[in-house]
Amino acid sequence: MEWANQLCENRQFGSKMTDSKYFTTTKKGEIFELKAELNSDKKEKKKEAVKKVIASMTVGKDVSALFPDVVNCMQTDNLELKKLVYLYLMNYAKSQPDMAIMAVNTFVKDCEDPNPLIRALAVRTMGCIRVDKITEYLCEPLRKCLKDEDPYVRKTAAVCVAKLHDINAQLVEDQGFLDTLKDLISDSNPMVVANAVAALSEIAESHPNSNLLDLNPQSINKLLTALNECTEWGQIFILDCLANYAPRDDRESQSICERVTPRLSHANSAVVLSAVKVLMKFMEMLPKDLDYYGTLLKKLAPPLVTLLSAEPELQYVALRNINLIVQKRPEILKHEMKVFFVKYNDPIYVKLEKLDIMIRLASQANIAQVLAELKEYATEVDVDFVRKAVRAIGRCAIKVEQSAERCVSTLLDLIQTKVNYVVQEAIVVIKDIFRKYPNKYESVIATLCENLDSLDEPEARAAMIWIVGEYAERIDNADELLESFLEGFHDESTQVQLQLLTAIVKLFLKKPTETQELVQQVLSLATQDSDNPDLRDRGYIYWRLLSTDPVAAKEVVLAEKPLISEETDLIEPTLLEELICHIGTLASVYHKPPSAFVEGSRGVMHKRLPARTGSGESTESPDVGTIAGGSGTETAPSIIPSQGDLLGDLLNLDLAPPTTTGPPPPTSGMQMGGMDLLGGGLDSLMGDESEPLGGDIGGSAAMGAGFGAVPAVMPASLNAPMGGGLGDLFDLGGGVGMPLGAYIPPKTVWLPAMKAKGLEISGTFARRAGVIQMELTLTNKAMSVMTDFAIQFNRNSFGLAPAGPLQVLSPLSPNQTIEVSLPLSTVGPVMKMEPLNNLQVAVKNNIDVFYFSCQYPISMLFVEDGKMERQVFLATWKDIPNENESQFQIKDCHLNSDAASNKLQASNIFTIAKRTVEGQDMLYMSIKLSNGIWVLAELRVQTGNPNYTDLEISVKCRAPEVSQCVFQCCEAVLKN
Amino acid sequence: MIGGLFIYNHKGEVLISRVYRDDIGRHAVDAFRVNVIHARQQVRSPVTNIARTSFFHVKRSNIWLAAVTKQNVNAAMVFEFLYKMCDVMAAYFGKISEENIKNNFVLIYELLDEILDFGYPQNSETGALKTFITQQGIKGQTKEEQSQITSQVTGQIGWRREGIKYRRNELFLDVLESVNLLMSPQGQVLSAHVSGRVVMKSYLSGMPECKFGMNDKIVIDKAGKGGVTDDVAKSTTGKQSIAIDDCTFNQCVRLSKFDSERSISFIPPDGEYELMRYRTTKDIILPFRVIPLVREVGRTKLEVKVVIKSNFKPSLLAQKIEVRIPTPLNTSGVQVICMKGKAKYKASENAIVWKIKRMAGMKESQISAEIELLPTNDKKKWARPPISMNFEVPFAPSGLKVRYLKVFESKLNYSDHDVIKWVRYIGRSGIYETRC
Repeated sequence: MEWANQLCENRQFGSKMTDSKYFTTTKKGEIFELKAELNSDKKEKKKEAVKKVIASMTVGKDVSALFPDVVNCMQTDNLELKKLVYLYLMNYAKSQPDMAIMAVNTFVKDCEDPNPLIRALAVRTMGCIRVDKITEYLCEPLRKCLKDEDPYVRKTAAVCVAKLHDINAQLVEDQGFLDTLKDLISDSNPMVVANAVAALSEIAESHPNSNLLDLNPQSINKLLTALNECTEWGQIFILDCLANYAPRDDRESQSICERVTPRLSHANSAVVLSAVKVLMKFMEMLPKDLDYYGTLLKKLAPPLVTLLSAEPELQYVALRNINLIVQKRPEILKHEMKVFFVKYNDPIYVKLEKLDIMIRLASQANIAQVLAELKEYATEVDVDFVRKAVRAIGRCAIKVEQSAERCVSTLLDLIQTKVNYVVQEAIVVIKDIFRKYPNKYESVIATLCENLDSLDEPEARAAMIWIVGEYAERIDNADELLESFLEGFHDESTQVQLQLLTAIVKLFLKKPTETQELVQQVLSLATQDSDNPDLRDRGYIYWRLLSTDPVAAKEVVLAEKPLISEETDLIEPTLLEELICHIGTLASVYHKPPSAFVEGSRGVMHKRLPARTGSGESTESPDVGTIAGGSGTETAPSIIPSQGDLLGDLLNLDLAPPTTTGPPPPTSGMQMGGMDLLGGGLDSLMGDESEPLGGDIGGSAAMGAGFGAVPAVMPASLNAPMGGGLGDLFDLGGGVGMPLGAYIPPKTVWLPAMKAKGLEISGTFARRAGVIQMELTLTNKAMSVMTDFAIQFNRNSFGLAPAGPLQVLSPLSPNQTIEVSLPLSTVGPVMKMEPLNNLQVAVKNNIDVFYFSCQYPISMLFVEDGKMERQVFLATWKDIPNENESQFQIKDCHLNSDAASNKLQASNIFTIAKRTVEGQDMLYMSIKLSNGIWVLAELRVQTGNPNYTDLEISVKCRAPEVSQCVFQCCEAVLKN
Repeated sequence: MIGGLFIYNHKGEVLISRVYRDDIGRHAVDAFRVNVIHARQQVRSPVTNIARTSFFHVKRSNIWLAAVTKQNVNAAMVFEFLYKMCDVMAAYFGKISEENIKNNFVLIYELLDEILDFGYPQNSETGALKTFITQQGIKGQTKEEQSQITSQVTGQIGWRREGIKYRRNELFLDVLESVNLLMSPQGQVLSAHVSGRVVMKSYLSGMPECKFGMNDKIVIDKAGKGGVTDDVAKSTTGKQSIAIDDCTFNQCVRLSKFDSERSISFIPPDGEYELMRYRTTKDIILPFRVIPLVREVGRTKLEVKVVIKSNFKPSLLAQKIEVRIPTPLNTSGVQVICMKGKAKYKASENAIVWKIKRMAGMKESQISAEIELLPTNDKKKWARPPISMNFEVPFAPSGLKVRYLKVFESKLNYSDHDVIKWVRYIGRSGIYETRC
């Protein structure tokens, strides 16, 4: 004790003899020396040694070897020493679980200590020791501490339940701690209430559907009372919890709002933001004509502005949130433009955010001021900031028509500065201005053309090329300008190449006589010398168009362009709603839903704003509260109805290209059966085939080669004028070399835009040249550009997995549709699905991850070498037990046996023999699935009776589960 | 919630590392060092996401404090907590420096254990913490003392302990304002606001109840309408009132009472604390006006003339006046002439710094400078940063006046009249800039 006093004195008098000496690096044999000191008889020496150990631990040295020696120091009345030992224990207990048990007794004893501070310390520390054996011993002390007479102990115990739940959720439930925790919400001490709320909220997050928090008007009332009394942090926990509640009607909503608004004057910005979140959310339910609604809107603005005088880091958080609020409710801050003016000394991250908000708030009323500011910013030093400022000027022009002229002249001034990146940025935005106001500002083109040489960024080059192409008729030397770009065609980025191709075609259509050579040149560069499929495709389309029907070409290429919208960069509405529910949190800072950056299931739950209710409906929905009570929100990824556990699995996968890795599935008996069935298959039938997938892989290689060769052949056929019309052209895409006529089901919508924040996916499956392809049509129905696409499958019955990444090369802009075809392999992880051909898919883009499921026709899996030897067929047919045989009927099918046989053959269903008995044709067929399972079938076709058009089919297979699918497939093939 | 807390020195060496959650590993410590501290470029965001782990950081002098999490935490709370932690540490051992942190690392661990539990911030009022985190053990405490500590830490009035006694009951009240201005070269006010703080030092016995009143427009208009006694109405409406845009209060102030009655009542913490912050934008008295004149004479010379005018009562004196006139990067030499004070060209700061010790109201002064430039072939134009100004004036630029501060303590025998009260107004420059 003396030593401690001395230490304190030292600190007070500023002496040099202080803790820092522990940080000095010690020589070799350090551990050995420490060991000796830890076992010293002298208390002071012991304590010093423990301090040294902690210092080493801090800088990352491994001092776990000292575990027993440190734990020996635990039995002490010196609280400082005890806390140090506890700190050590929390760090190393996991690596030395058996030794950690040694500490249990002390903990249990400390939990009974007369001093509440020590009781709390023990229970707090014990919860941090993540060793199974210790948690068992923790239960009894924890139970006592939850009911301790001292509030300090209770508030600590409340958090400890959350800790224990993190280690062993089941234990917490079994021991009934959750109920005790719920009781603490009614505790007399506000801090206990706050911590209990925090703990319950966290636990509830990992049980999205449980009714843990049980929010109802009574408990809400308790929370609101505690809100007035607890610490600033407690207020945050309570407000964040309140935000999950769904009031039953607008009256309740209003009364909660009234009790939350005083928090807007709190000095703690987090309290303010959490209060804003509650208000923004509950406001949704208030009728707009209500007086209170207007009052509330007015009350929200001042605190938001005040947040901007906080420290820069908080300003940043506030600005990111204000950005959302301004998009959701622009009226709140529409008069506050000035506070977002950038200060010279603002950190860059604050500057960029302010600029963003300025653009959103720009209107006719304030445009003059805004423009003057933006012009000022465009002369600053930071390149990103300057670029954004220039871009902002362009956005203002598009947003406020009256200002367009001034904006354009400002931009021209900026171009005169000749600062390279300013010029480039200006040209990019001027292109947008041209699109918004056609035939208005083209007089500036001459000035733009002067700067052609200085452009070195793809976006600026592409914009300039677009301008030249679009206004080719007004630019005398347009052909020369474009030609100059053509020299380095292959060094340009795709963006520029595509733009150049289009621009030259436009030029050709406008001035056909002088530019024939140029267009020939660019078409051949794009089609013959390029590896980029987008460029080649576009090249071919132009080529064919121009060679078949120049008039049509003109109509297509020079068509009037749709006007661009006023607002850009808006967050897609459903995402915005979700983010509003996350005000103040990281999600609102990143502008991404929690699922995009949080691992595991925690917090992945999607939140929604409540719906507005009429005041008359107040009696109608008593159960809304209880439904919402558990989660406050519905869980969105319910698109895949069943197999909840699988979904979790899928969510956990990182969306990187094909995964054959990953932990094995937690297989139940049923699933094991499934795997056995599909994996092992028919051993006897597979015979000596040691590599059942060999054929498949070979097929895909061949297909690759086939594709490689195609482009070389293509131009020749295209050179023939009037080739074959557009129909042919579109076939070129992927259909070369495939056996004609294979049945491909029509595309169906798999993922409606409503469920996927504007991304619509429809698709189908095809088997081409031995390769299974998933053909997808992605349509962007949202307002923002989508990028970074990736795809992933859940484990499925036949191990389908993407054989490569999803090739979406360019960003998908609003209202754009693209077709993608994704080659699939069958070597992915296997798990039996219900139905068998069900496939669960996750698609990711820059906005979110979406899930859907679809069913593939099993015929995709029929391999090309599925023709069985007659003898083998006969033997196998006999060998398969009769109970495995299934009979099906195909109604109304007007096919004779030969036609049917041909059709089926195209889908790799091979006819091995044909017999005619009593006016009935019997076709014997064999099919081989990609995983080596053989399916045998007998098809009976009535030949004699034209009125009798039904076909009968018997399917026999060692794995009878597939029969149904096979039949469905045959039916589909025959009827199409 | 917060998964871990790290403190680094400027080199990126770990001084303190405390992990609260199992999902944060040791590698997180290194990830932050490599990606943020050692990153070459400027910090582009105070929140960094590295491999699905989010790092929040603040800097105090050359010390980095970082909070780490893998969850969707309340970001505002994390920053508020980091600031609070700095306050607590400063209250214990003064300036946050590498030396002080190393010297007190055991104490810091003890504090971190107390104010953050499983990543949830707990009571972090220094007043309360100092009662039981003393680094002297708690052996000497009696049972009563112990329960007093715990009830204070968890209680409704966590910021004040019972049984405080002073021989002389005294109150110091400072109205500290910083006035911010952005003005165009032509003298147009682009934006101006005052952010003010009411800082108190109270040395009062017992558990006094205080009530604070100022010339808030809403209160005074209400009083005027409310038909209170004529005298009151006259005396109050006679004074000028100010429109307060927004205010925030120390947690001791009863917010619901302010919301309903707009009255500021509270039980004060002991010692120094910030009672409230406020912001005004209307009718601000701008103490100084800066009139710049910059002329480019050829490509190698600039002529600058700056006039400052003081705009307040002639009887008052402004102090610590400093005008900072930025100069281009390619400045080779500067000649300055000023009427008052001292002016110097500081090459390292790329600015002419003009200092005047004192200046009375309604006066003006002038500086002129000739700046020689080196010829450059740099295409980039000089950004012309604004001219900034610092000063201190003995009044509140917002016009705020303290009307009363009443103290009630029913249990002890002293009344409002026995309390000695001191009020002081200081107006300082915040960001006070004029573009040129």
